[in-house]
Amino acid sequence: MANTNRRFKFVDIFYIVMMIVPLVVGVIIQVLTKPLAEGITLTGARIFYTVPMPIQDLVITEAQINSALVIVTILFFCLYMTHGIGEHIKLKRQHFAELIVEKVDGLVSENMGEYFNGYSPFIIAILALSACSSLVSLLGMFPPTSDLNVVGGWAILVFILITYYKMKCGPLYYLKGFTEPIPLLAPINFISEFATPVSMSFRHYGNILSGTVISTLIAAGLSGLSAMIFKFLPGFLSQIPFLQVGLPAVLSIYFDVFSGCLQAFIFAMLTMMNISGGFPIDEYEKRKLKKLAINK
Amino acid sequence: MEIAISIILGCCALGAGTAMIAGIGPGIGEGNAVAKACEAIGRQPECKGSVTTTMLMGCAIAETTGLYALVIAIILIFVAPNLLVDILVETIKSL
Repeated sequence: MANTNRRFKFVDIFYIVMMIVPLVVGVIIQVLTKPLAEGITLTGARIFYTVPMPIQDLVITEAQINSALVIVTILFFCLYMTHGIGEHIKLKRQHFAELIVEKVDGLVSENMGEYFNGYSPFIIAILALSACSSLVSLLGMFPPTSDLNVVGGWAILVFILITYYKMKCGPLYYLKGFTEPIPLLAPINFISEFATPVSMSFRHYGNILSGTVISTLIAAGLSGLSAMIFKFLPGFLSQIPFLQVGLPAVLSIYFDVFSGCLQAFIFAMLTMMNISGGFPIDEYEKRKLKKLAINK
Repeated sequence: MEIAISIILGCCALGAGTAMIAGIGPGIGEGNAVAKACEAIGRQPECKGSVTTTMLMGCAIAETTGLYALVIAIILIFVAPNLLVDILVETIKSL
Protein backbone atom coordinates (compact mmCIF):
# COMPACT_ATOMS: atom_id res chain seq x y z
CA MET A 1 0.00 0.00 0.00
CA ALA A 2 2.75 2.37 1.03
CA ASN A 3 4.65 1.56 -2.14
CA THR A 4 1.74 2.44 -4.42
CA ASN A 5 1.18 5.62 -2.49
CA ARG A 6 4.75 6.69 -3.02
CA ARG A 7 4.53 5.96 -6.73
CA PHE A 8 1.33 7.96 -6.85
CA LYS A 9 3.09 10.92 -5.26
CA PHE A 10 6.01 10.54 -7.64
CA VAL A 11 3.74 10.76 -10.69
CA ASP A 12 2.07 13.83 -9.20
CA ILE A 13 5.39 15.57 -8.68
CA PHE A 14 6.45 14.61 -12.20
CA TYR A 15 3.31 16.25 -13.60
CA ILE A 16 3.84 19.42 -11.59
CA VAL A 17 7.47 19.63 -12.69
CA MET A 18 6.47 19.11 -16.31
CA MET A 19 3.92 21.90 -15.91
CA ILE A 20 6.60 24.36 -14.85
CA VAL A 21 9.48 23.21 -17.10
CA PRO A 22 8.02 24.54 -20.41
CA LEU A 23 7.52 27.98 -18.92
CA VAL A 24 11.07 28.02 -17.55
CA VAL A 25 12.36 26.88 -20.95
CA GLY A 26 10.40 29.72 -22.57
CA VAL A 27 11.90 32.29 -20.22
CA ILE A 28 15.41 30.90 -20.82
CA ILE A 29 14.91 31.04 -24.60
CA GLN A 30 13.67 34.59 -24.22
CA VAL A 31 16.68 35.62 -22.13
CA LEU A 32 19.20 33.93 -24.40
CA THR A 33 17.88 35.13 -27.75
CA LYS A 34 16.55 38.60 -27.04
CA PRO A 35 18.99 41.18 -28.39
CA LEU A 36 19.97 43.92 -26.00
CA ALA A 37 18.53 47.24 -27.06
CA GLU A 38 18.27 50.75 -25.72
CA GLY A 39 15.00 52.58 -25.35
CA ILE A 40 11.76 51.46 -26.89
CA THR A 41 11.76 48.24 -28.84
CA LEU A 42 8.59 46.91 -30.38
CA THR A 43 9.12 43.88 -32.53
CA GLY A 44 6.88 41.16 -33.84
CA ALA A 45 7.63 37.50 -33.30
CA ARG A 46 11.30 36.85 -33.89
CA ILE A 47 12.21 34.18 -36.43
CA PHE A 48 14.39 31.41 -35.01
CA TYR A 49 14.77 29.07 -37.91
CA THR A 50 13.75 28.84 -41.56
CA VAL A 51 12.97 25.52 -43.18
CA PRO A 52 13.21 25.62 -46.98
CA MET A 53 9.99 24.47 -48.61
CA PRO A 54 8.91 24.25 -52.26
CA ILE A 55 6.25 26.96 -52.37
CA GLN A 56 7.16 29.15 -49.43
CA ASP A 57 9.77 28.84 -46.71
CA LEU A 58 8.45 27.51 -43.42
CA VAL A 59 9.55 29.81 -40.63
CA ILE A 60 9.73 28.73 -37.00
CA THR A 61 8.92 31.84 -34.97
CA GLU A 62 8.77 32.73 -31.31
CA ALA A 63 4.98 32.59 -31.40
CA GLN A 64 4.91 28.97 -32.54
CA ILE A 65 7.45 27.86 -29.96
CA ASN A 66 5.73 29.73 -27.14
CA SER A 67 2.31 28.35 -28.03
CA ALA A 68 3.74 24.83 -28.18
CA LEU A 69 5.20 25.35 -24.70
CA VAL A 70 1.82 26.59 -23.47
CA ILE A 71 0.15 23.50 -24.95
CA VAL A 72 2.58 21.23 -23.07
CA THR A 73 1.86 23.11 -19.84
CA ILE A 74 -1.89 22.78 -20.28
CA LEU A 75 -1.55 19.07 -21.15
CA PHE A 76 0.32 18.30 -17.96
CA PHE A 77 -2.04 20.48 -15.93
CA CYS A 78 -4.95 18.38 -17.23
CA LEU A 79 -3.07 15.16 -16.48
CA TYR A 80 -2.33 16.39 -12.96
CA MET A 81 -5.95 17.37 -12.34
CA THR A 82 -7.36 14.09 -13.58
CA HIS A 83 -4.72 11.81 -12.04
CA GLY A 84 -6.26 9.46 -9.54
CA ILE A 85 -9.82 10.68 -9.73
CA GLY A 86 -12.57 8.18 -9.23
CA GLU A 87 -16.19 7.74 -8.39
CA HIS A 88 -15.54 8.51 -4.73
CA ILE A 89 -13.78 11.76 -4.09
CA LYS A 90 -10.43 11.12 -2.43
CA LEU A 91 -8.42 14.14 -3.50
CA LYS A 92 -9.09 17.84 -3.19
CA ARG A 93 -8.20 18.51 -6.79
CA GLN A 94 -11.12 16.40 -7.97
CA HIS A 95 -13.50 19.05 -6.62
CA PHE A 96 -11.73 21.67 -8.70
CA ALA A 97 -11.65 19.52 -11.85
CA GLU A 98 -15.34 18.72 -11.51
CA LEU A 99 -16.12 22.39 -10.96
CA ILE A 100 -14.38 23.34 -14.23
CA VAL A 101 -16.09 20.57 -16.19
CA GLU A 102 -19.52 21.41 -14.79
CA LYS A 103 -19.12 25.13 -15.48
CA VAL A 104 -18.06 24.55 -19.07
CA ASP A 105 -20.80 21.99 -19.67
CA GLY A 106 -23.34 24.48 -18.31
CA LEU A 107 -21.97 27.28 -20.46
CA VAL A 108 -22.02 25.16 -23.62
CA SER A 109 -25.50 23.76 -23.10
CA GLU A 110 -26.79 27.23 -22.24
CA ASN A 111 -25.33 28.90 -25.33
CA MET A 112 -25.31 26.15 -27.94
CA GLY A 113 -28.29 23.99 -27.15
CA GLU A 114 -28.76 20.25 -26.67
CA TYR A 115 -27.37 19.17 -30.03
CA PHE A 116 -23.87 20.50 -29.33
CA ASN A 117 -23.35 18.94 -25.91
CA GLY A 118 -20.18 17.20 -27.07
CA TYR A 119 -18.54 20.51 -27.80
CA SER A 120 -17.40 21.43 -24.29
CA PRO A 121 -13.89 19.88 -24.66
CA PHE A 122 -13.29 21.94 -27.79
CA ILE A 123 -14.56 25.12 -26.16
CA ILE A 124 -12.51 24.71 -23.00
CA ALA A 125 -9.46 23.88 -25.11
CA ILE A 126 -9.81 27.15 -27.02
CA LEU A 127 -10.53 29.04 -23.81
CA ALA A 128 -7.56 27.61 -21.91
CA LEU A 129 -5.14 27.94 -24.81
CA SER A 130 -6.14 31.52 -25.50
CA ALA A 131 -6.11 32.61 -21.86
CA CYS A 132 -2.77 30.95 -21.08
CA SER A 133 -1.20 32.26 -24.27
CA SER A 134 -2.13 35.80 -23.27
CA LEU A 135 -1.11 35.35 -19.63
CA VAL A 136 2.32 34.08 -20.68
CA SER A 137 3.29 37.71 -21.22
CA LEU A 138 3.36 38.09 -17.41
CA LEU A 139 6.56 36.00 -17.48
CA GLY A 140 8.12 38.34 -20.01
CA MET A 141 7.66 35.91 -22.87
CA PHE A 142 6.21 36.92 -26.23
CA PRO A 143 2.46 36.24 -26.03
CA PRO A 144 1.53 34.03 -29.02
CA THR A 145 -1.89 35.69 -29.27
CA SER A 146 -0.30 38.99 -30.26
CA ASP A 147 0.74 37.32 -33.52
CA LEU A 148 -1.98 37.35 -36.15
CA ASN A 149 -0.89 33.99 -37.54
CA VAL A 150 -1.70 32.10 -34.35
CA VAL A 151 -5.12 33.65 -33.81
CA GLY A 152 -5.86 33.48 -37.52
CA GLY A 153 -5.26 29.74 -37.40
CA TRP A 154 -7.85 29.33 -34.66
CA ALA A 155 -10.29 31.52 -36.53
CA ILE A 156 -9.89 29.43 -39.69
CA LEU A 157 -10.56 26.31 -37.63
CA VAL A 158 -13.75 27.87 -36.30
CA PHE A 159 -14.72 29.00 -39.81
CA ILE A 160 -14.39 25.43 -41.11
CA LEU A 161 -16.63 24.21 -38.29
CA ILE A 162 -19.22 26.91 -39.02
CA THR A 163 -19.28 26.01 -42.71
CA TYR A 164 -19.51 22.31 -41.89
CA TYR A 165 -22.57 22.84 -39.74
CA LYS A 166 -24.14 25.16 -42.29
CA MET A 167 -23.66 22.45 -44.90
CA LYS A 168 -25.31 19.81 -42.72
CA CYS A 169 -28.52 20.17 -44.73
CA GLY A 170 -26.74 19.76 -48.05
CA PRO A 171 -24.79 22.21 -50.21
CA LEU A 172 -27.86 23.43 -52.05
CA TYR A 173 -29.52 24.54 -48.85
CA TYR A 174 -26.24 26.25 -47.88
CA LEU A 175 -26.09 28.14 -51.18
CA LYS A 176 -29.73 29.09 -50.86
CA GLY A 177 -28.91 30.77 -47.56
CA PHE A 178 -26.91 33.41 -49.44
CA THR A 179 -29.94 34.65 -51.38
CA GLU A 180 -31.87 35.66 -48.30
CA PRO A 181 -33.74 37.93 -47.77
CA ILE A 182 -33.45 38.89 -51.47
CA PRO A 183 -31.10 37.48 -54.14
CA LEU A 184 -29.67 40.93 -54.78
CA LEU A 185 -27.83 40.79 -51.45
CA ALA A 186 -25.86 37.65 -52.32
CA PRO A 187 -22.45 39.36 -52.69
CA ILE A 188 -22.86 41.12 -49.37
CA ASN A 189 -23.83 37.86 -47.68
CA PHE A 190 -20.80 36.25 -49.24
CA ILE A 191 -18.51 38.95 -47.86
CA SER A 192 -20.07 38.77 -44.41
CA GLU A 193 -19.42 35.03 -44.45
CA PHE A 194 -15.69 35.67 -44.71
CA ALA A 195 -15.80 38.63 -42.35
CA THR A 196 -16.48 36.32 -39.42
CA PRO A 197 -13.00 34.74 -39.11
CA VAL A 198 -11.32 38.04 -40.01
CA SER A 199 -13.16 39.97 -37.32
CA MET A 200 -12.68 37.21 -34.75
CA SER A 201 -8.94 37.00 -35.29
CA PHE A 202 -8.45 40.77 -35.58
CA ARG A 203 -10.37 41.41 -32.37
CA HIS A 204 -8.30 39.00 -30.33
CA TYR A 205 -4.97 39.94 -31.85
CA GLY A 206 -5.65 43.69 -31.81
CA ASN A 207 -6.60 43.72 -28.15
CA ILE A 208 -3.51 41.84 -26.99
CA LEU A 209 -1.18 43.73 -29.30
CA SER A 210 -2.57 47.13 -28.26
CA GLY A 211 -2.00 46.16 -24.63
CA THR A 212 1.61 45.31 -25.41
CA VAL A 213 2.15 48.54 -27.34
CA ILE A 214 0.60 50.72 -24.64
CA SER A 215 2.54 48.97 -21.86
CA THR A 216 5.82 49.46 -23.72
CA LEU A 217 5.08 53.10 -24.47
CA ILE A 218 4.16 53.82 -20.85
CA ALA A 219 7.24 52.04 -19.51
CA ALA A 220 9.46 54.05 -21.86
CA GLY A 221 7.64 57.28 -21.02
CA LEU A 222 7.99 56.69 -17.28
CA SER A 223 11.72 56.11 -17.61
CA GLY A 224 12.07 59.43 -19.45
CA LEU A 225 9.88 61.21 -16.92
CA SER A 226 11.80 59.92 -13.91
CA ALA A 227 15.09 60.89 -15.57
CA MET A 228 13.65 64.41 -15.88
CA ILE A 229 12.27 64.66 -12.33
CA PHE A 230 15.09 63.02 -10.39
CA LYS A 231 17.85 64.87 -12.22
CA PHE A 232 18.93 66.68 -9.05
CA LEU A 233 19.83 63.47 -7.18
CA PRO A 234 23.59 62.97 -6.76
CA GLY A 235 25.64 60.34 -8.55
CA PHE A 236 24.15 57.16 -9.90
CA LEU A 237 20.86 57.72 -8.02
CA SER A 238 19.71 60.00 -10.83
CA GLN A 239 20.14 57.12 -13.28
CA ILE A 240 17.60 54.88 -11.55
CA PRO A 241 14.09 55.16 -13.09
CA PHE A 242 12.12 55.31 -9.83
CA LEU A 243 8.78 55.82 -11.54
CA GLN A 244 9.18 52.54 -13.41
CA VAL A 245 8.95 50.63 -10.14
CA GLY A 246 5.45 49.31 -9.62
CA LEU A 247 3.43 51.63 -11.85
CA PRO A 248 3.60 49.50 -15.01
CA ALA A 249 2.46 46.52 -12.93
CA VAL A 250 -0.82 48.28 -12.12
CA LEU A 251 -1.49 48.82 -15.82
CA SER A 252 -0.46 45.26 -16.51
CA ILE A 253 -3.37 44.06 -14.35
CA TYR A 254 -5.74 45.53 -16.91
CA PHE A 255 -3.84 45.03 -20.14
CA ASP A 256 -2.38 41.59 -19.50
CA VAL A 257 -4.61 39.84 -16.97
CA PHE A 258 -8.07 41.30 -17.46
CA SER A 259 -7.88 41.90 -21.20
CA GLY A 260 -6.29 38.53 -21.88
CA CYS A 261 -8.89 36.58 -19.93
CA LEU A 262 -11.76 38.64 -21.35
CA GLN A 263 -10.63 38.17 -24.93
CA ALA A 264 -10.27 34.42 -24.36
CA PHE A 265 -13.81 34.30 -23.00
CA ILE A 266 -15.14 36.39 -25.87
CA PHE A 267 -13.39 34.24 -28.46
CA ALA A 268 -14.92 31.12 -26.93
CA MET A 269 -18.37 32.74 -26.69
CA LEU A 270 -18.25 33.88 -30.32
CA THR A 271 -17.14 30.40 -31.37
CA MET A 272 -20.14 28.89 -29.61
CA MET A 273 -22.57 31.45 -30.97
CA ASN A 274 -21.32 31.27 -34.54
CA ILE A 275 -21.32 27.48 -34.67
CA SER A 276 -24.74 27.07 -33.11
CA GLY A 277 -26.18 30.08 -34.94
CA GLY A 278 -25.06 28.81 -38.34
CA PHE A 279 -26.63 25.39 -37.85
CA PRO A 280 -30.25 25.29 -39.16
CA ILE A 281 -31.52 22.91 -36.49
CA ASP A 282 -35.23 23.05 -37.42
CA GLU A 283 -34.57 22.23 -41.05
CA TYR A 284 -32.13 19.48 -40.07
CA GLU A 285 -34.62 17.76 -37.80
CA LYS A 286 -37.37 18.07 -40.40
CA ARG A 287 -35.17 16.37 -42.97
CA LYS A 288 -34.14 13.69 -40.50
CA LEU A 289 -37.78 12.84 -39.77
CA LYS A 290 -38.55 12.73 -43.48
CA LYS A 291 -35.63 10.36 -44.08
CA LEU A 292 -36.80 8.09 -41.29
CA ALA A 293 -40.31 8.05 -42.73
CA ILE A 294 -38.97 7.07 -46.19
CA ASN A 295 -36.78 4.32 -44.77
CA LYS A 296 -39.70 2.78 -42.94
CA MET B 1 16.06 61.01 -51.90
CA GLU B 2 15.98 62.24 -48.28
CA ILE B 3 12.99 64.42 -49.03
CA ALA B 4 11.12 61.51 -50.58
CA ILE B 5 11.84 59.28 -47.56
CA SER B 6 10.75 61.98 -45.12
CA ILE B 7 7.53 62.48 -47.08
CA ILE B 8 6.86 58.73 -46.87
CA LEU B 9 7.50 58.61 -43.12
CA GLY B 10 5.47 61.72 -42.44
CA CYS B 11 2.53 60.55 -44.49
CA CYS B 12 2.59 57.14 -42.79
CA ALA B 13 2.45 58.83 -39.39
CA LEU B 14 -0.34 61.17 -40.54
CA GLY B 15 -2.29 58.24 -41.93
CA ALA B 16 -1.93 56.29 -38.71
CA GLY B 17 -3.14 59.26 -36.71
CA THR B 18 -6.07 59.83 -39.02
CA ALA B 19 -7.05 56.17 -38.92
CA MET B 20 -7.39 56.30 -35.16
CA ILE B 21 -10.22 58.85 -35.46
CA ALA B 22 -12.27 55.66 -35.73
CA GLY B 23 -11.67 55.24 -32.00
CA ILE B 24 -14.45 57.75 -31.34
CA GLY B 25 -17.17 55.40 -32.55
CA PRO B 26 -16.51 52.43 -30.28
CA GLY B 27 -16.04 54.83 -27.36
CA ILE B 28 -19.51 56.30 -27.78
CA GLY B 29 -21.04 52.91 -28.52
CA GLU B 30 -19.53 51.15 -25.55
CA GLY B 31 -20.47 54.05 -23.30
CA ASN B 32 -24.08 53.67 -24.40
CA ALA B 33 -23.97 49.92 -23.85
CA VAL B 34 -22.54 50.25 -20.34
CA ALA B 35 -25.04 53.00 -19.44
CA LYS B 36 -27.95 50.80 -20.48
CA ALA B 37 -26.47 47.84 -18.63
CA CYS B 38 -26.20 49.95 -15.45
CA GLU B 39 -29.83 50.96 -15.85
CA ALA B 40 -30.86 47.35 -16.30
CA ILE B 41 -28.93 46.23 -13.23
CA GLY B 42 -30.46 49.08 -11.24
CA ARG B 43 -33.92 47.98 -12.28
CA GLN B 44 -33.34 44.25 -11.83
CA PRO B 45 -30.36 43.59 -9.56
CA GLU B 46 -31.00 39.83 -9.65
CA CYS B 47 -30.05 39.71 -13.37
CA LYS B 48 -26.59 41.15 -12.71
CA GLY B 49 -24.62 38.14 -13.93
CA SER B 50 -26.29 37.65 -17.27
CA VAL B 51 -26.49 41.41 -17.95
CA THR B 52 -22.76 41.77 -17.31
CA THR B 53 -21.91 38.85 -19.59
CA THR B 54 -24.09 40.16 -22.39
CA MET B 55 -22.66 43.65 -21.97
CA LEU B 56 -19.09 42.43 -22.19
CA MET B 57 -19.95 40.47 -25.35
CA GLY B 58 -21.62 43.50 -26.88
CA CYS B 59 -18.72 45.75 -25.93
CA ALA B 60 -16.27 43.36 -27.55
CA ILE B 61 -18.26 43.32 -30.76
CA ALA B 62 -18.67 47.09 -30.77
CA GLU B 63 -14.92 47.40 -30.31
CA THR B 64 -14.21 45.59 -33.58
CA THR B 65 -14.35 48.66 -35.81
CA GLY B 66 -11.93 50.47 -33.53
CA LEU B 67 -9.60 47.52 -33.65
CA TYR B 68 -9.65 47.48 -37.44
CA ALA B 69 -8.45 51.07 -37.32
CA LEU B 70 -5.82 50.10 -34.76
CA VAL B 71 -4.52 47.29 -36.96
CA ILE B 72 -4.32 49.68 -39.91
CA ALA B 73 -2.49 52.23 -37.79
CA ILE B 74 -0.02 49.62 -36.54
CA ILE B 75 0.62 48.44 -40.10
CA LEU B 76 1.17 52.04 -41.18
CA ILE B 77 3.64 52.67 -38.38
CA PHE B 78 5.62 49.44 -38.27
CA VAL B 79 5.28 47.79 -41.68
CA ALA B 80 4.47 50.33 -44.36
CA PRO B 81 7.52 52.67 -44.05
CA ASN B 82 10.06 49.87 -44.62
CA LEU B 83 8.04 48.51 -47.52
CA LEU B 84 7.57 51.87 -49.21
CA VAL B 85 11.18 52.94 -48.74
CA ASP B 86 12.32 49.62 -50.23
CA ILE B 87 10.05 50.20 -53.23
CA LEU B 88 11.45 53.73 -53.60
CA VAL B 89 15.06 52.53 -53.49
CA GLU B 90 14.32 49.79 -56.03
CA THR B 91 12.66 52.28 -58.35
CA ILE B 92 15.55 54.71 -58.15
CA LYS B 93 18.04 51.92 -58.81
CA SER B 94 16.16 50.74 -61.87
CA LEU B 95 16.04 54.23 -63.37
